[in-house]
Amino acid sequence: MSVAIKLRGCGKTWPGGTVALHPLDLDIAAGETLVLLGPSGCGKTTLLRLIAGLELPDAGGQVLFDGEDVTRLPIERRNVGMVFQSYALFPNMDVAGNIGYGLRVRGIPRAEVARRVDEMLEMTRLTEFARRRVDALSGGQRQRVALARAIAPRPRVLLLDEPLSALDARLREELRQEIDALLRSLGITAIYVTHDQAEAMALSDRICAMERGRIAQIGTGRDLYHRPANDFVAGFVGDTNRLGEELVRPEQLALHPSAEGEWTVQRATFLGPFVRVKLRDAAGRELMVDMPDLATPAPGARVEVRRRGPA
Amino acid sequence: MGFWTGLGFTLLISAFLILPVLVSVLPGITANQFEGLSSGLTTRWLREVWANYGGTVLLSLQIALSTLVITLLVGVPAAYVLARHAGVTARLVEEALVMPVAVPGIATALGLILAYGAVGDLRASWLFILVGHVVFCLPFMVRAVLAVLLSMDLKGLEEAARACGASWPQRFLGVILPNIAGGMLAGSLMVVTLSLGEFNMTLLLHTPFTRTLPVGLADAYTALRTEMASAYTLIFFVLIVPLLSAMQWAAGRADRVGAVR
Repeated sequence: MSVAIKLRGCGKTWPGGTVALHPLDLDIAAGETLVLLGPSGCGKTTLLRLIAGLELPDAGGQVLFDGEDVTRLPIERRNVGMVFQSYALFPNMDVAGNIGYGLRVRGIPRAEVARRVDEMLEMTRLTEFARRRVDALSGGQRQRVALARAIAPRPRVLLLDEPLSALDARLREELRQEIDALLRSLGITAIYVTHDQAEAMALSDRICAMERGRIAQIGTGRDLYHRPANDFVAGFVGDTNRLGEELVRPEQLALHPSAEGEWTVQRATFLGPFVRVKLRDAAGRELMVDMPDLATPAPGARVEVRRRGPA
Repeated sequence: MGFWTGLGFTLLISAFLILPVLVSVLPGITANQFEGLSSGLTTRWLREVWANYGGTVLLSLQIALSTLVITLLVGVPAAYVLARHAGVTARLVEEALVMPVAVPGIATALGLILAYGAVGDLRASWLFILVGHVVFCLPFMVRAVLAVLLSMDLKGLEEAARACGASWPQRFLGVILPNIAGGMLAGSLMVVTLSLGEFNMTLLLHTPFTRTLPVGLADAYTALRTEMASAYTLIFFVLIVPLLSAMQWAAGRADRVGAVR
């Protein structure tokens, strides 16, 4: 059911001449979850909309689903499922009506629609809300309706445009795990847009980091974190220290109190799971070190810094 | 100002406004208007009005309903197109649509007569009045529907419907129309009310064979048959008051729905 997606020379220039996306190639394996990660305006949503069929690429660009050229096929004929940032649920239909919409417009017999909708309701734990108006649902419930509506017609590809950004942090974490479990169980090719690097790490098989309309790096979360292709990627997926030519993450360093230490503690900030310590040396260089909240040094203390061994 | 003073003041203002209505209706059901209610109530004037002017009532209803059908068929798609296009052209078209409301009815009527008065038998037909009413009422339908379209996430809903596999007719009928029904209802009540009461333009557009209710009413008043004019006014009220109430109700409902979103 799931398909491999290939983009060839896909760029997008808006009528005003603004380049949203420079021509790029991208290969997504069947069943893979690819996360498009980047700040707002980096072109990640435009890229998703090209794959969805909501936008046409500039002349010369091609979108292929399992080798079939779907570039000119509008979204309604691509058989994709899509979850929007605003959910865009239909206010004139109840929960079950929303979930069954994609099945009804395909002319699937009523009994089959009802059976499939029940299955979706159960899968997303919405059974008791089947007859509820969508404007009487909480944010998390709306999100699950949007997801169920997208996957009910068994699409070839699932596209998610910042589906969790409207929710608060706790709920986001919970739903992220649900979405992750769902994508694994469906084995569907999924493309997920987010600006949240933790979400990207948790959900992705691979992450495609984007910067100003270009792909900055494609790889697993570990690749991006430990071997970032450039400073932009390094900075976007976490905080970094620069030691000479090398980038070092704050949690890869350890402190040792020492009267002869070359670093002075500037400030220690308690952040819950760890304490972030800011250091400075005589030359004015700065360094961030994350450490457990056990023997946090006081500001002004002299310390040595060492690399932690590989975990 | 105390509560009772306030209430008294409000009632006084209301009485001031309602009194002319009662005075204009009362002779229509009084046997002898010069003797007053003591002469007894009668339906004689109502029957006479129906015999003399019944045709104008029916024609007014016919024109109002025809205006409604046309403004729905033209106004809803027009509002949809205007809502989808944010450009300068769309705003100019929107302004142009509202022009007939700002221009005096007499000027619009003269324009219509000069432009189309000589086209076939149009001048003698009730369709000529219909054209005028559509020109005058269309902006109200467009505005009512456009307001609802602009308050909802039209682009998002359409894209979501497309992503579900819906063709244009499917999403227009299944998603867009049901969600703008409130605006269509408000616009419809407005259009019917305005068409039934339209006088300025219709006075110039009508012929002796195509008189509408307000034109006939003016005729009855100028003929100095106060009891007839009065009974006639009563008939007009019976038609228009339920429509006005429905309009208030629809507007209240739309506000509540809007508040939920």
